[in-house]
Amino acid sequence: MKFVWSAIAVAGAVSLGVVALSRGESVNALWLVVAAICVYAIAYRFYSLFIAERVLGLDAARQTPAYARNDGLDYVPTNKYVLFGHHFAAIAGAGPLVGPVLAAQMGYLPGTLWILVGVVFAGAVQDFLTLFISVRRDGRSLGDMIRTEMGPFAGIVASVGVLAIMVILLAVLALIVVKALANSPWGSFTVFATIPIALLMGLYGRFLRPHRVLEMSLIGFVLLMAAIWFGGVIAADPVWAAWFTFSGVTWAFMLIGYGFLASVLPVWLILAPRDYLSTFLKIGTICALALGILIVMPHLHMPAISRFIDGTGPVFAGSLFPFLFITIACGSVSGFHALVSSGTTPKMLENEKQARMIGYGAMLAESGVAIMALIAATVLQPGAYFAMNAPAAVIGTNVTDVAAKVSSWGFAITPEALTQLAQDVGEKTILSRAGGAPTLAVGMSQILSGVLGGRALMAFWYHFAILFEALFILTTIDAGTRVARFMIQDLAGALIPSLRRTESWGANMAATALAVTGWGYFLYQGVVDPLGGINTLWPLFGISNQMLAAIALMLCAVVLFKMKRQRYAAVALVPTAWLAVCTLTAGWEKIFSPVPAIGFLAHAAKFSAALAGGKVLAPAKSVSDMHQVLTNDYVDCGLTALFMTVVVVMLGAGLASIYRALSDARITTREQNYDLPLLRPQL
Amino acid sequence: MICRCFGRSFDLAAIGRRFTETADLMVGVPDYEAYVMHVAARHPEAEVMTREVFFRERQAARYGAGGGLRCC
Repeated sequence: MKFVWSAIAVAGAVSLGVVALSRGESVNALWLVVAAICVYAIAYRFYSLFIAERVLGLDAARQTPAYARNDGLDYVPTNKYVLFGHHFAAIAGAGPLVGPVLAAQMGYLPGTLWILVGVVFAGAVQDFLTLFISVRRDGRSLGDMIRTEMGPFAGIVASVGVLAIMVILLAVLALIVVKALANSPWGSFTVFATIPIALLMGLYGRFLRPHRVLEMSLIGFVLLMAAIWFGGVIAADPVWAAWFTFSGVTWAFMLIGYGFLASVLPVWLILAPRDYLSTFLKIGTICALALGILIVMPHLHMPAISRFIDGTGPVFAGSLFPFLFITIACGSVSGFHALVSSGTTPKMLENEKQARMIGYGAMLAESGVAIMALIAATVLQPGAYFAMNAPAAVIGTNVTDVAAKVSSWGFAITPEALTQLAQDVGEKTILSRAGGAPTLAVGMSQILSGVLGGRALMAFWYHFAILFEALFILTTIDAGTRVARFMIQDLAGALIPSLRRTESWGANMAATALAVTGWGYFLYQGVVDPLGGINTLWPLFGISNQMLAAIALMLCAVVLFKMKRQRYAAVALVPTAWLAVCTLTAGWEKIFSPVPAIGFLAHAAKFSAALAGGKVLAPAKSVSDMHQVLTNDYVDCGLTALFMTVVVVMLGAGLASIYRALSDARITTREQNYDLPLLRPQL
Repeated sequence: MICRCFGRSFDLAAIGRRFTETADLMVGVPDYEAYVMHVAARHPEAEVMTREVFFRERQAARYGAGGGLRCC
C-alpha cells in the first residue's frame, strides 16, 4: 500500500511540476487533471483521516440523529453513497463554474494552486467540520449553532450577514444570466421554453404520475433538447429572432418579475420541476465535461501566469492578493456550504464516520468541477478569452477595435477569428460577455464538439451549456428568493411579530417584494454599468462568501476549544485567519483604494468632481444618472463595510468564546447525548 | 437479476433501486419504502401517508421555511 501512495505522490509532484514550470508552450490539460486527482487522493487519504481520528475523534459507536430522531421524513438513516449524491448535488452550483473562469485572466496557475490548496486546507475542512458539529447537535443549522455556542448577539449578526450574502448572490447570479442572454435570440428562446416544459412536468408529477421524479425529468430533458434545436431555427429567422432579442435591461426586469412570481406560486407548478431538471442536467453535464476532457485532451492556451497579476486586469480589478482568493470561492472554499452541511445532510448520516467521505469527499469533487471550469476557460485562445470577458468600455464594441486592443496586450487575435467564433456558436457577437457563463460555454462547446459532432454541432453545444447554466441559476434565484423571504420574515419578525406568520398572504408578499427589490437593485446597477457589473458585484459576492466561511470555521474552532481539543485547533484557525485577512484586505481596498476601478470612494470622488465641473461621465447620460452612480457607489461601500463589520464582530465573539472555554477546566461543548442505547437499523 | 463479472456478483435490481433512491434524494425526496417501514415499526397506530401525499409533503418541505438551501 505504501508503494501505491508513494507512486501517487510522485505522479502528483511531476504533474504539478509540469503545470507550474511550463513556459512559452501550451501544456496538455491532462497534466492538470492528474495533478488535481493526486492532490485530492493524498489529501483525502491522509489529512481527512487525521482530522477524523485525531482532531474530531469520530466515534462509529455513537448514535446519529438519523437513528435517534428517525421520523422517516427529515431524519432518515441513508446509505452513504446515496447521501453523497444528495450532498454533492446540494453544494455544486454555478459558483465553481464562474469564479475560475474570471480568475483565468491571471493565467491558469494562480487559480489552480488556490483551488487545490484552498480546498484541501480550508474548503473541505469547513464542510467536514460543520457537518460533524451539526451531527453532534441534532442536525441543527449554522445560525442555531452560532447562537448556542457563541451567544445570541453573534447569532443575530450572523443572520444579518447571511441575508446580505443571499441578496448579493442572487444579484450576481441573475447578472450572469443577463450577460449570457442579452441580444441572444437563441438563448432567450430556449430559456423561455423551460417555462412551459416545467409546467408540463409539474402537472405530470402532480396529477398523472406522482413521485416519478426520474420519469418526468426524462420527459423534460427530451423536450429541452428539442427546444435547443428549435432555438437555432428561431435565431436563423430574422422575424422570429427579433421577437426573442432582448436588451440587458429588459432581461433584468423580466428576471425580477419572474423571481417574484416564481417564489409566490405553488412550488410544485414550476419551481420543483425545474429544480429536478436542473439538478440532473447539472450532474450529467459535469460528467460529460469530465469525459470530454479525458477524451479530447485539450491544450491550455492561456499562459501559466499572465501580466494581469499586477491588478490591471480587464475582467476584475485588483492584484493577485487578495483578489484571486475572493474571486475563486466555490471550488476552493465557500461559506455557503456551511449552510448546506448544517441543513439536511446531518439529519441523514447513518454513522458519524461517514462525515469524512461526505463532508470532505464531496467538497473535493466540487473542487474538481472548478478545475474543469478552469480548463474550459483556458483552452480558449487568450485573445478570444479577453475579447469575451473585458468590458466594452475598455476594449470597444466592434471586432476590429477589440482585436486591436486585445492584441496590444500581447494576446494576438484577428477580427476575423472573433467573427468566426461568434458564427461557430450561433451568436451575432461574443464580445464583452463577462460573467463566466458564455466563456465556459464556448470552452465546453470546443471540448464537447471534439467528442461529438465537430464544428457543425458547436452552436448546439454552446447553447446547451448556456441553457444548463441559466437553468440552474434560475432555480437558485427562485429558491433563493424564497429562502431570503423566510430570513426576512424571521429577522423582521423579531421587531414586528405579525411578519413572522408565513401563512399570512400579506406578510409573505411584503417579504418577497423586499427580497426581490434587494437583489433587483444590485442586478439593475450591474446591468447598466459600462464596466460590465461583474467587475463590482463578483468581488462583493466573493468577499461575502469567504466572510461566511471565516465565520463557519471560527465556530468550528470554538467548538474544538470547548471540546478541549485545542491542540488541533490550528486545523480550523489557520484557514479562518487566512480568510479573515483576505476578506478584510479586499474589503478595505474596495472601499479605500485610490484607484477608481477598485475603490468605491475613489470612484465616487471622480464622479463628484466631474459633477462639480458640470461634466457627465459615462455610463451616466445625464446629471440625474450621475447622482445615481454616486448613490450606487455609496451603497456598495456601505455593504462592504457591513460585511467587514460582521467579520470583525464574529471574530471577536469567537475569540471571546475561546477565552471562556480556556478558562473553564470542564468540557463546555453542548453536544446532544442520546441516552437511548444504540439502535441498529430498525425497519 | 444477478450479473456476474470480475468474479463478483451484482444484484442489478438493487443497484437500480439505489440509483433511483439517489436521484430522488438529490431533489429532496427521501425513500418512501423506508418511511413506510419506519411508521409500521415505530408508530403502528399512526396513519401512513400514501405515496402521493408523501411526495407532496416532501416537496413542500424542501421549499418551505428552512429548506431548499443550495449552494451558488
